[in-house]
Amino acid sequence: MDFPVLSVITFTPIAAALLILLLPAQRKNEARAVALAAASFALILSFGVYFNYDQAAAGYQFIEKYNWLPALGISLHFGVDGMSTPLVLLTGVVMFTGVLISWGDDDKHVMAGIQDRPREFFAFLFILASGVFGVFVSLDLFMLFFFYEIAVFPMYLLIAIWGWIVTREYAAMKLTLYLFLGSVVSLVGVLVMYWVQYQNTGVLTFDMLEMEKAGFSQIFQNIWFLPVFLGFAVLGGIWPFHNWSPDGHVAAPTAVSMFHAGVLMKLGAFAALRVGIMLLPQGAQSWSWLIMTFAAIAVVYGAYIAFVQTDFKYMVGFSSVSHMGLVMLGFSTLNRQGLLGAGVQMFSHGVMTALFFAVVGMIYDRAHTREIPELGGMNKVMPFAAIGFIIGGLVSMGMPGFSGFIAEFPIFMGVWGRQWLVAVIAIISIIITAGYIMRNIGQVFFGNMPEKFEGHLTDVTVLDKIAITTLCLFMILIGLFPGFMVPLVQTGVENILRLLGGA
Amino acid sequence: MNFIDTHLLSLILFLPSIAAIIILFLPKGEDKLTRWFAFGASLIPFLLSLVVWFRFEAGQPGFQFEESYVWYEAIGSSLHLGVDGLSLTMVLLTTLLTPLAILASFSISDRVKPYMMLFLFLETGMLGVFLALDLLIFFVFWEVGLVPMYFLINQWGSANRNYASLKFLIYTMGGSLGLLLAVQMLGVLFGTYDLLTLYQRWNSLEPGSLLLGMPVQTVKTIAFWAFAIAFAIKVPVWPFHTWLPDAHTEAPTAGSMILAGVLLKLGAYGFLRLILPLYPFEAKIFAGALALLATAAIVFGAFGSYGQTDFKRLVAYSSVNHMGFVVLGIAAAGLASGTIDANIALNGAILQMFNHGLSAAGMFFLVGVIYERTHTRNLEEFGGLFPLVPVYGGILIFTSMASLGLPGLNGFISEFLVVRGSWPILTAYTAISMLGLLFTGAYILKGIKKVLHGPLNEHWAHGEHKLTEINTREVLVMAPLMVLILWIGLWPGWILNVINKAVGMLF
Repeated sequence: MDFPVLSVITFTPIAAALLILLLPAQRKNEARAVALAAASFALILSFGVYFNYDQAAAGYQFIEKYNWLPALGISLHFGVDGMSTPLVLLTGVVMFTGVLISWGDDDKHVMAGIQDRPREFFAFLFILASGVFGVFVSLDLFMLFFFYEIAVFPMYLLIAIWGWIVTREYAAMKLTLYLFLGSVVSLVGVLVMYWVQYQNTGVLTFDMLEMEKAGFSQIFQNIWFLPVFLGFAVLGGIWPFHNWSPDGHVAAPTAVSMFHAGVLMKLGAFAALRVGIMLLPQGAQSWSWLIMTFAAIAVVYGAYIAFVQTDFKYMVGFSSVSHMGLVMLGFSTLNRQGLLGAGVQMFSHGVMTALFFAVVGMIYDRAHTREIPELGGMNKVMPFAAIGFIIGGLVSMGMPGFSGFIAEFPIFMGVWGRQWLVAVIAIISIIITAGYIMRNIGQVFFGNMPEKFEGHLTDVTVLDKIAITTLCLFMILIGLFPGFMVPLVQTGVENILRLLGGA
Repeated sequence: MNFIDTHLLSLILFLPSIAAIIILFLPKGEDKLTRWFAFGASLIPFLLSLVVWFRFEAGQPGFQFEESYVWYEAIGSSLHLGVDGLSLTMVLLTTLLTPLAILASFSISDRVKPYMMLFLFLETGMLGVFLALDLLIFFVFWEVGLVPMYFLINQWGSANRNYASLKFLIYTMGGSLGLLLAVQMLGVLFGTYDLLTLYQRWNSLEPGSLLLGMPVQTVKTIAFWAFAIAFAIKVPVWPFHTWLPDAHTEAPTAGSMILAGVLLKLGAYGFLRLILPLYPFEAKIFAGALALLATAAIVFGAFGSYGQTDFKRLVAYSSVNHMGFVVLGIAAAGLASGTIDANIALNGAILQMFNHGLSAAGMFFLVGVIYERTHTRNLEEFGGLFPLVPVYGGILIFTSMASLGLPGLNGFISEFLVVRGSWPILTAYTAISMLGLLFTGAYILKGIKKVLHGPLNEHWAHGEHKLTEINTREVLVMAPLMVLILWIGLWPGWILNVINKAVGMLF
């Protein structure tokens, strides 16, 4: 038996969380050190998985299977394919950078990072991280669901306790109820699928590789595709179920926003793909027009709403709605280019938005305001963060040479293959995005600095700089050398196309 | 040496970017070192492009020095580079103007490192467009070049820079959306972005067949306009020119040199490289509309220029006027492709691109020279400066005359060729555009008169405001431009030979 790398990755954060909780409350630095060590360990292992995935062999790899509840056909079945491998890496990256920027400083002058109860904060954050890893590597539907709920729940506490004091209780409640509602709808769908596949094949199993062969009828798929897909897609921020997400992003503390927009939204999209599209492919084909419509609205509408925000963090939050709309748009094409682009976009948007939220957090910690008109001249005090944000902004507007272009271009090609009109409409978002990104860069980083900030602001810390550099490197690397990620995602796409009947 | 021989084009393309990354690691505060390093680094691509120029065999059809590397295999795009007579001329112009612009920027003392880095990245962006033989790579570099230019204007520009830089970026990106869509469509239809393949397959589509549920002809017409608008904005053709005076006026001197000298040529190059070969039929149908816009640009550009009181805006509008001739030549060639007149017009258009690159860069630099000393660009505040700065005055008159189209200097040759070629094809438009040519003379003379002649504005003659003569570094920037202006004016054969053979084989 090989080294069980996937279960080690999945359970490292939760083990670290328990270890952190054992530390005395006042040992803040020890808690942070354990967190960083665990995050680095998980990151290194996810790099290991990423580079050791055999693209020639494709399919599911690093498979582990342990019986969990054999009577009901539930097993702990882990494995990754070309779609989930980048997402495992993404989670590792966001976890690592999230810990770095929440390090905190007990010096009261700078309110950066997490000073209040870092022990509990990191513990909850890591439980969440375990849940996220679990969803990406699970090949068992029950386990996927299990980890899905583990990932959603700590969010409530993280926002309600460490969030922005003005809206945190409202936002935490709204987010949690919204997501639970979505997952309950999906759960019903999943249970129905479980029973119907039992009737069809006589085998009780939650194993998704088995369920792919269940032979669900066309009518069954048409009925159940929408609840299952949309139930998960709520977490992916699909229009019209997106409005929990900007509130949640804004209220969350910085590292949680990074996790939330960077990884958690991908969780929704990924589960919608894995369960909705891959297990109910014919249903997906029947309803792709509706998903495409929703997604196109999200792309354009999200960009417009982002354009009119005056709160920096809300702007980034709505831009996530717009960009996750592109992922859904890619899914809805159900063809090679669209799915490929969606796969790359999940990674690209993950690092980009994590960077955005990190920089917004750094500014807020220092300026204590997020109102764009009240900010200005940040380039003078934190040039490093400014360059990071600009690179993120260029990714966001799909500038060639960065990962956003590599992801968006095939998505649009995929849409051309289905319905050219949608491509023409959705492309408007690019120019709106360019508008709000450049306008805000101009104001926040290069505008005139208000007098009250003169001499009171400090530069970002070294740890912040490491985090920014790490995130930027991925965006540039993929932008210049698509070969770093595209062939890997392609192997995953081939598998989905096979299920869709070689479309 | 073998490596250099086989990778000439990619070295020309990427050396500036590599140099920019090295600048990042140069010690802080060493402005002098940074400047000289950037200047030295930008000379290498120039020398390499001279090597390409002399090794280039003008008589041979097709592209030379081709290189191809895997880039984005999944959607059928590769880094395919190559030059013909048309692109080689533009590459030479770019690699020549960049070191001169960097030399002109030695007076920049604010944040020298990022400035020089952006300039070198900009060079890679522009060269990529000229060297690309892959439609997606063309688009990639087309967009990438915007970013450094945006920041050069936004960070080192004058008072109204925020407005101008955002307008420049949004205008150009907005104009490129149609291009982006059309590029995507071509990629979906053919599964490749290789230009040589697309030339063939796009043109061999059955005229009666359906594409995306529409007749091929409709799709082609829409795609033609998507391409044409993107390029027309960049050239810029009237009425899409309004970003240009703002961007030029606010940009730092060297930024304006490159903007006028090279960036505008990207649009015209797009017409020649993509529109004429990909849409010969549509080009014929819509050549009249294009000629109308070009004529409007020539006439209104000249009028607009004459009406300015800001020296830099005057030169900026003159670009609209001069680039109009390029588009007029292209329109004529589109209407009557294959005829001898069309070839003459195209020769003129391409040479005009090169010539305008030289004279506009020179003019913007000279405006910058006087602005640095007086901190004003208002023509009413100058006057009678010739006796104070005779050398500067001489250079200004020389360059202005090239812009005016004085026989013996380069502008005359190219404008004459365009007019001679277009006359039999688009007689009425060409005749109207002569009105613009008349006013070209008027605004050039107005500029010279307001600055150099007339009663001396005593303000500049004495005391702390005393105007100083153009210095050696500044003369060195102008010298290569002036030599080329005169050389092409007296003996255009060396460059027209390359252009003419390319035109003969391409169209």
